[in-house]
Amino acid sequence: MKVRSSVFASLILIFEVIGVALFLRGFFPVPVKSSFSSKSLNLLQLTKYPLFKRVVVMLVDALREDFVFGPSGRMFMPYTRHVVERGSSHSFVAKARPPTVTMPRIKALTTGSIPGFIDVVMNLNSPALLEDNLIWQAKTAGKRIVFYGDDTWVRLFPKHFMEYDGTTSFFVSDYTEVDNNVTRHLDSTLKRDDWDIMILHYLGLDHIGHISGPHSSLIQPKLLEMDDILKKIHSALISKEAEGSLPYLLVLCGDHGMSETGSHGGSSEPEVNTPLVLISPAFKRKVGMEKPGVVEQVDLTPTLALGLGLPISQNSVGRLIPGVLEETSLRDQLRFLHLNGHQLSCLLKDSVLEYEKEAGFEQFRVAEKAHGNWMKLYLEGNTSEVLTNMGKKVLKQYLEALAAMSSALSKQLGKYDMYSMIAGMVFVFQLLLVLLLAMPEALSGGAAVDLPVLSSLLSLPFYLLCLLLASVHVLVCTSAESSCYFCSLSWGLVFAAVAFSSAMFCILVSIATRRLPLGPKIRGKWSLSELDVLLLAGTIGHTLSLAASSFVEEEHQTWYFLLNTLCLGVFQDVCRKYFREQRGSGEEEEHLLPSKDCHASDHPKAEIYSEKWLALATPPFTLVCCRLLRSLNQTGVQWAHLPDVGHWLNSSEHKMVLSLLSAFCLVLIYLLVQRRCSWVSKVALALGLLGVYSYRAAVGSVLFPWQHSSRTTSKGTVEARFVYVFVLGILFTGTKDLLRSQIITADAKLKSRGLWEIYSGLVLLVSLLFRAHNLPVLCCCLLIQTLMAQFIWKKLHYDAAQTTIMHYWFGQAFFYFQGNSNNIATVDISVGFVGLESYVEAPAIFLTALSTYAGPLLWVCHLVCYLSSERDRSPVAVGHGCYCLALMRSVPAAAYIVLVTVLRYHLFIWSVFSPKLLYESMHLLLTAGVCLIFNTMEQSHSSSKS
Amino acid sequence: MWDHEIRAMASSHAIIAASVFMATVLPAVLLPGFSVYGSHLLWLYSVSGAVTAVSVAVFWLLGITPPTKKHTLGYKLSRLFRSCLYFFLSCLFFHTVVVLYGAPLIESALETFSLAVLLTSLTTLRCLCVLGPNVQAWIRVFSRHGAMSVWDTCLQITVACTVVGAWMGAFPIPLDWDRPWQVWPISCSLGAMIGFLTGLVAAPAWIHYHRKQLTYKCK
Repeated sequence: MKVRSSVFASLILIFEVIGVALFLRGFFPVPVKSSFSSKSLNLLQLTKYPLFKRVVVMLVDALREDFVFGPSGRMFMPYTRHVVERGSSHSFVAKARPPTVTMPRIKALTTGSIPGFIDVVMNLNSPALLEDNLIWQAKTAGKRIVFYGDDTWVRLFPKHFMEYDGTTSFFVSDYTEVDNNVTRHLDSTLKRDDWDIMILHYLGLDHIGHISGPHSSLIQPKLLEMDDILKKIHSALISKEAEGSLPYLLVLCGDHGMSETGSHGGSSEPEVNTPLVLISPAFKRKVGMEKPGVVEQVDLTPTLALGLGLPISQNSVGRLIPGVLEETSLRDQLRFLHLNGHQLSCLLKDSVLEYEKEAGFEQFRVAEKAHGNWMKLYLEGNTSEVLTNMGKKVLKQYLEALAAMSSALSKQLGKYDMYSMIAGMVFVFQLLLVLLLAMPEALSGGAAVDLPVLSSLLSLPFYLLCLLLASVHVLVCTSAESSCYFCSLSWGLVFAAVAFSSAMFCILVSIATRRLPLGPKIRGKWSLSELDVLLLAGTIGHTLSLAASSFVEEEHQTWYFLLNTLCLGVFQDVCRKYFREQRGSGEEEEHLLPSKDCHASDHPKAEIYSEKWLALATPPFTLVCCRLLRSLNQTGVQWAHLPDVGHWLNSSEHKMVLSLLSAFCLVLIYLLVQRRCSWVSKVALALGLLGVYSYRAAVGSVLFPWQHSSRTTSKGTVEARFVYVFVLGILFTGTKDLLRSQIITADAKLKSRGLWEIYSGLVLLVSLLFRAHNLPVLCCCLLIQTLMAQFIWKKLHYDAAQTTIMHYWFGQAFFYFQGNSNNIATVDISVGFVGLESYVEAPAIFLTALSTYAGPLLWVCHLVCYLSSERDRSPVAVGHGCYCLALMRSVPAAAYIVLVTVLRYHLFIWSVFSPKLLYESMHLLLTAGVCLIFNTMEQSHSSSKS
Repeated sequence: MWDHEIRAMASSHAIIAASVFMATVLPAVLLPGFSVYGSHLLWLYSVSGAVTAVSVAVFWLLGITPPTKKHTLGYKLSRLFRSCLYFFLSCLFFHTVVVLYGAPLIESALETFSLAVLLTSLTTLRCLCVLGPNVQAWIRVFSRHGAMSVWDTCLQITVACTVVGAWMGAFPIPLDWDRPWQVWPISCSLGAMIGFLTGLVAAPAWIHYHRKQLTYKCK
């Protein structure tokens, strides 16, 4: 089956999008959310029965289990060890879930849920924790909370603490000062009586781990210091202890452990196991060292909540630690367990479809019934031995039900769905390989790819592979213990996927065998110029650089660097062309003179000279533009704090400059865009740009010359809608021209005008959406496009592939020039409200996506226009361009998927790699859309030819 | 074919490499507190100076510079003046390129300019020594198939190696390792230096192994 390059590329991209979507679904499991409100628990009058009066939580960052319970514990933390062995305490090994990083662990400890990766996206732009959590519950119940330590807490819970002092974990090399800053408050606070909950978060140990590992000589003094602090708090609490009042609770825990090299984030045993010591006079006194039991880290949340008489936060998957209740009456114990079970069963109802089939749910129902019977007997005043035994049995039933429900819930959470991820990855890689292997055909003069679809569908290996893959699927799905998205798909879809995958494999093999003998011939034919080497090396180098978190954070630097080198390379090409030619025509006649420029002698000499100098000036001009734009918006992480021109322009005292600059830019945009439009669109464009300025004036970012009265800033809805009308008008005119050129006249000129009109409509829309200080970016983009098209791409005879790659690089650089980064926080959501009275989801998402990806989109649209207007030179240029664009996009996307899978336990997977994955997939989706447009372009071309 | 020239090239390169080595070691012995990272600019100037002096001396002694037609003192002086001017212009050129690549414009201008001086003394100076202050000859050498002698090829290789070295030296700057050599412009100048030394070794070796294929058009 012969397919044209553009159709081939679009098909591949669309299937890749599906593969990536499957991967994303596996990588970001859907979080468990409860619709049940924890306030209903208040009906049970919980707050009247707290177990503890005050609670001190001492959280030591990276406290490993063996630091307390291990053989060295006796030496490192003598007092703690004494309390664990002889005091009235309970000690456990609490298992943390990966990623063992502080922020998600704090979330887990306070909400009781296991935060999923998608949560990063869900509470976009809001560092505060919005989920129901222990701290919020305590605050609403009127508890007074004091916090000293890591300022992550302060960011997560703003305004929750009565008193706080945050220390930053910015300087890893500092491990004394951070802890002294916490401890200095202790003496005064412990003396006071005006707080109920105190949380201390010590960072020093974690810093020592990062510097020199868990076996360094710095560990012991630090642990001794922690031990002293615990002793101090404990003795202060004991001295405050009054007869008759409720007891205190002192909790010593770690948020995560420390690996043998001192880092954390992964899922190895030493990183996951943390100690949990609960100290309270309400517990029985221990008589010797026991082996600590194993609990989940999230179990602390319901325990603390019930201990303080608070409702359990609704998304908590933890279960009550039964040891805490040992001294209370059987009735209370059962009541607490019932509360916990009720909350878990509500969560289970909301998150699992067939919750009634869950064993835990069934057990809970039975236990609840038994509990009811027991209560009836109890209230009747029955105090026999039988009743106690019955109560014990109910208790056991409850505990079993809690364990089953909790494990059923946590299976859904915080785990990668590896099978879906691998399935998605296999799809994407098959497609990428087919794309790569088809390169010689797709870039040939015919621009058509011969896909042996029919022959592979009728071959035996195809059916064998289908069977094999289907059996693998059944095997994996029946043996998987955790939930898996790919397994929950319907059989029809799965079979389609299996058939598709095996067909792709067969096609791949047959193309590869066809290509094999041709290999050396092709290699001999292709000679690479310096620019080709640069383009190739840049693409590969950029793809490889995505493996390093710093290079992902600072990806803009990579693109600026590559773009600069590209411009210098182009400059060298230009110099070579013009200087060699000059010499060639002077000294050695036909030897050096390129034959393609023979017609140049027809032009008057002066014109050639001006053209020469303009061509020579274009790359340096582009370089200067890029350098200026680079200082407009500082992005990334390391240098993001540096002052940039954008901030300078946006400050109120430079409003005049900003107004003049944006007016100038709008005029320049008009001049650059209007050349190729019909007069109707010219007028519409001019009015539209005027509307853009008045919109900015209405919003209050620029000054309006003849309106000095200080009008209150409105939302500018009217002005924005005014511009939208013109955008739609221009787009309509362009589409009309395109259609007319295809159906009626088959006129290439009309068609190119239609394309340019659509392009100018897009420019107008983008200029409305861009902030005022970003208008120079748009302006420079158009200027560079015009100059490069005029003097470089046309004159230097770059082929479609080279032009496409250059467009892609420019697009990427402009993505960062407009202030984007690989961090989700830089997405400008306010764009979604331009011209809308209130939040409407579909247009808001569309506008935000458009303005975020404006740079790449504008460059790709320019590519379509440029290549189709250059059609007389090379009729297959559009097909080649489309193919190259698909290749340029799929290579980094496919490589990045693999990198993310390999690095899934990396320390920065949340903060750096996951957002980049979302950006990458969004970009892939947009490119697939643009490739479809390419497709229609080429479609109409071939139809007009025939 | 050009065994004599290759041997001369190898020995001159050895002398230049030795001068780089001496310019690093001698100040470290003589001056207290001198180190490549700590007092980087000092090292930069010492190496640039040493390479400049030694290159000029070696190439003058070898006599590769194209013979001048006139031997008057005035003509020689004007050549010297033009060479100095080109040297300075080349420094400015490199400075501009480095700023375009993203070096801060004002903040660390001295560091940037020192890097430009180093690059100039490693690349432009060799051109001046071999080709003289003759822009046409430079353009010829650096365009495709433009080499006319073994020395031209050698020049192409060393200059390319130096520039690529400096280019690659910028790679580790965004990494968050907080190492002393990531400070601007240390990694770039070290990259340029390593590239230059590689070029010094690679040029005679490459020419030696490709001496059968190399054919030069005579003027």
